[in-house]
Amino acid sequence: MSDEEDDIILSELDDEELVQQMMDDLYDGLKEEIEEGVRILLDRGWGPYDILTKPLVGGMTIVGADFRDGILFVPEVLLAANAMKGGMFILKPLLVETGAPTIGKMVIGTVKGDIHDIGKNLVAMMMEGAGFEIVDLGINNAVESYLEAAAKEGADIIGMSALLTTTMPYMKVVIDTMKEQGIREDYIVLVGGAPLNEEFGKAIGADAYCRDAAVAVETAKTYMARKHNRPPAEA
Amino acid sequence: MTNALSRLLETRDWLMADGATGTNLFNMGLSSGDAPEMWNEEHPDRIKKLYSLAVDAGSDLFLTNSFGGNASRLKLHGAEKRAGELSRISAELGRDVADKAGRPVVVAGSVGPTGEIMAPMGPLTHELAVEIFHEQAEGLKAGGADVLWLETISAPEEYRAAAEAFKLADMPWCGTMSFDTAGRTMMGVTSEAMVKMVEKLENPPIAYGANCGVGASDLLRTVLGFSASGVERPIIAKGNAGIPKYEDGHIHYDGTPDLMAEYAIMARDCGATIIGGCCGTMAEHLEKMHEALESRPRGPRPTLEQITEKLGGFSSASDGTGDDANAVPARKSRRRRG
Repeated sequence: MSDEEDDIILSELDDEELVQQMMDDLYDGLKEEIEEGVRILLDRGWGPYDILTKPLVGGMTIVGADFRDGILFVPEVLLAANAMKGGMFILKPLLVETGAPTIGKMVIGTVKGDIHDIGKNLVAMMMEGAGFEIVDLGINNAVESYLEAAAKEGADIIGMSALLTTTMPYMKVVIDTMKEQGIREDYIVLVGGAPLNEEFGKAIGADAYCRDAAVAVETAKTYMARKHNRPPAEA
Repeated sequence: MTNALSRLLETRDWLMADGATGTNLFNMGLSSGDAPEMWNEEHPDRIKKLYSLAVDAGSDLFLTNSFGGNASRLKLHGAEKRAGELSRISAELGRDVADKAGRPVVVAGSVGPTGEIMAPMGPLTHELAVEIFHEQAEGLKAGGADVLWLETISAPEEYRAAAEAFKLADMPWCGTMSFDTAGRTMMGVTSEAMVKMVEKLENPPIAYGANCGVGASDLLRTVLGFSASGVERPIIAKGNAGIPKYEDGHIHYDGTPDLMAEYAIMARDCGATIIGGCCGTMAEHLEKMHEALESRPRGPRPTLEQITEKLGGFSSASDGTGDDANAVPARKSRRRRG
């Protein structure tokens, strides 16, 4: 216990230890420490994209896995995502400046007729935590709302959420419209919500059903890697 | 304390609550996306019909059509200023139906979650949450609700805020949480943790328990978790009629009336005193449940194996209680905090 109680001086750690410590700090939701870690790595000449992908997205992957496995719950995940956001705030302008590849952009909202947004909000927060750009369309979205926003924002992913068994069939309306307009393949379509399941996702022609926010993040990453047809980002 | 629910609990060793509100209202023509609370004003006849369905099926208490009747939820429909009024009407309609029942029937003023995540993680402060719940509580009280009925809560902070608000309104209450994530609430609360939280409240509920969640099996596992605590406070079980399935373009819940009857008996054997249904539970389910509760004898407390045998499997291997409570190693922070 005693040596664990010694304060860790981030700037005294070597790169590898620091990345490891930042992943731990992210897990513990320590925002200030994450911000400090990001600044130290920048000072040491790290590229913003490497900082984003290694300690931050890497750390959030562990958070996501433990959330999926029922070890962490929403409050801890929100804390971690909040710490991640602190780091992202510093990195974002630098990422734009350096023209670094983005992790991905998602428009998300609950479908027409559905006003239950807490699940959608959690997905948005966790996706943001994982480095995705989120355009939150709020509740009660008609097909036009999704498609206009996706086109305007140049989104990679369209995310639809429904809590009601009476509203979930609307997801198919959105996907069918995309097919009619010949734009279905332009986007990754992810669906989620309490009454949905994998069969439903397949039946309506979505790319994937995501059981929870952690699965949504993992699925989005997998599909983005496929979309870019490149291996997951390496240094 | 004298209120209709406590009086019933003094003379009866089980009570039957009602079933689904949303599923029934959709069947009556509610469009998804509309606030069901608007119907209190627009279609009072249909809301009374909803209440009567439960009373006619033998329910000793029913919940008012005010689940989303708080300012935070009504804001989504531009009706945040009408929380008190719409809640009051929902209770008035309930009063009318209950008083004509010819036997004691409790009007329980439904109070659902705000839908917001509470501070510091989210935007909703404790003070504001208390204010929102208090406003709705006063409306339900003015409309003649016998007790208030908090339901589908995930966060202990929100449960506590409601308890405080109900004290301000000087109303007896019941409160259930929804255990839908690996046997815990979305915010990670286990059945064990809920009992501890409830027993620490300055203004504890008459009864506490679980509603909604995943399926009947999961809900009973949660009830077993409550009764294992040995606390005397009556337990509420309000489970869904199975799990919604999507088939050939429409949705149905896979819990049959017979299965729900089995669930009701087992809920009582698990230690629940107030037994009802939630989503998908229609009048035909309630009738079977009532018949079973009336006619069948009590049995020993069922084991987890017996629950899965009769009602189907659990959604997760563990629910974080009992021997499992310490099974998951908490990841150790390497950093000194504060």
